[in-house]
Amino acid sequence: MSHKILIIAEHDGQKLNLSTAKCVTCARAIPDAEVSIAVFAADGAAVAAQAAALAGVHQVLRIDDASHAQLLAARIAPQVVALATDYQYLLGPSTTFGKDLMPRIAALLDAPQLSDVMAVESATRFRRPMYAGNAIVSVEIPAGSKLVATVRTASFEAAAGGGTATVSSVAPTAALPDHTRFVSLSAAKSDRPDLQTAARVVSGGRALASADNFKILYALADKLGAAVGASRAAVDAGYAANDMQVGQTGKIIAPELYLAFGISGAIQHLTGIKDARTIVAVNKDAEAPIFEVADIGLVGDLFQIVPELEKQLAGG
Amino acid sequence: MKRIFVTIKRVVDYNVRVRVKPDGTGVVTDGVKMSINPFDEIALEEALRIREKGLADEVVVATIGPADCQQQLRTALAMGADRALHVQTDATVEPLAAAKLFLKLVEKEQPMLAILGKQAIDDDASQTGQMLAALWGRPQATFASKVELDGDKARVTREVDAGLETLEVDLPAVITTDLRLNEPRYVKLPDIMKAKKKPLETLDVASLGVDVTERVKLVKFEPPAQRQKGVMVKDVQELVDALRTRGLV
Repeated sequence: MSHKILIIAEHDGQKLNLSTAKCVTCARAIPDAEVSIAVFAADGAAVAAQAAALAGVHQVLRIDDASHAQLLAARIAPQVVALATDYQYLLGPSTTFGKDLMPRIAALLDAPQLSDVMAVESATRFRRPMYAGNAIVSVEIPAGSKLVATVRTASFEAAAGGGTATVSSVAPTAALPDHTRFVSLSAAKSDRPDLQTAARVVSGGRALASADNFKILYALADKLGAAVGASRAAVDAGYAANDMQVGQTGKIIAPELYLAFGISGAIQHLTGIKDARTIVAVNKDAEAPIFEVADIGLVGDLFQIVPELEKQLAGG
Repeated sequence: MKRIFVTIKRVVDYNVRVRVKPDGTGVVTDGVKMSINPFDEIALEEALRIREKGLADEVVVATIGPADCQQQLRTALAMGADRALHVQTDATVEPLAAAKLFLKLVEKEQPMLAILGKQAIDDDASQTGQMLAALWGRPQATFASKVELDGDKARVTREVDAGLETLEVDLPAVITTDLRLNEPRYVKLPDIMKAKKKPLETLDVASLGVDVTERVKLVKFEPPAQRQKGVMVKDVQELVDALRTRGLV
């Protein structure tokens, strides 16, 4: 018998978030998976088409409603519950979108939730991190029970394209509250790649010493086509915006190349980068813990190294 | 009475380097410092500030766990909470069961706000607040970095991946706190003395009528895979060479 899985798509109204393609890969690791994706949107045509093109997706459910211009957990969750009868597994990405929404669904279904699934071992056994990634725990759920889960996107590759799933419009019946209203979203406008999904990330710590000094990292990032991140210490000090924080309480990322400048390497930070393919660390302090995990380390003054690196990369 | 309900969890202190037990049954907690979950401290601080502005009359703090949790409840009372509720149990209580227990307390206390940490730093689940909101049938504003009360509404700024989102919610509502909502106050010695006289009520799980049987079995704990220590280069030229050799630039 197949295991029916429903993934709740994350998107911005136009474009499917890469995290959804990663959820598909996680879902397909469940034996005998039959994967469907639910797209809640004001006009979901474009996003549903992108979801249908993901390899291994069986069906895309399109739930269009003007109120879905913003995906409020309080309104989406009851609709997912109405759809959930047919599904054993309900997955969402472990992004702020999925973390907000999925527990609300789990509670309404009276189903357990696993957060940050990083590996599928069987239809009932999964692995997830606890204690800021200091423990990796194998967890077992009762066979046949409904399960809600968020998927640690850094642990899975994005599903490939080339799929030809059917798209059908559905209208789940659910009482929707209006006690929660969207007011605004102030998005940090940037031409740089998205930190969560960028292939290259340049990141700075407290040693940058001011918001102004972060400019040298932006310049290097632009040369590399990289996103810019920051340690919690740098964000707390006001040198970088909140949404730039990399680490256990910020973003958990898995770029091909991570360049850490003036970051000492607190465990909370290392948790956020441990799936990076290559870590480069530059720090004044040769004893900094970041060097224990770095693939390439350089001890020195970042204020000399960053501009020189930028110059040399330009010359190449 | 305008009341704020705050939950706290006793967890291994933020500064402790957590180690997995050699037999894989859990993590080492013997002789390890235990504290209030840092996000819950932020939740309590926010509640106290709202009360100090005169927008609430009482702050009630609640926890679920073994007898030792009373230490953290006393700390919360010393920070300024007015009363404490302790649902005493030695069982491992999963987020959904915790939300069901908190719902029972919320139904009794009828708060205008419930403020919880966005996640506990032991199981890192980040579920309980959202689940409480769902079971209570009330709004949720998770990962809050700013909370403004306005009569029977609250305006909450949330830290989301795309930036900062602002929601307006009708009260009562559930808020979960992110790191930069506030900086919790330090506890002063006289307050610790005073806290000993504040009311702390102990309840048991059975009397609240909630089934806390575990559904998710924690089968095996393992330490994370270690990254291999790499190479050190001595200057930028060598760094660039190393990056080029690996095809990274």
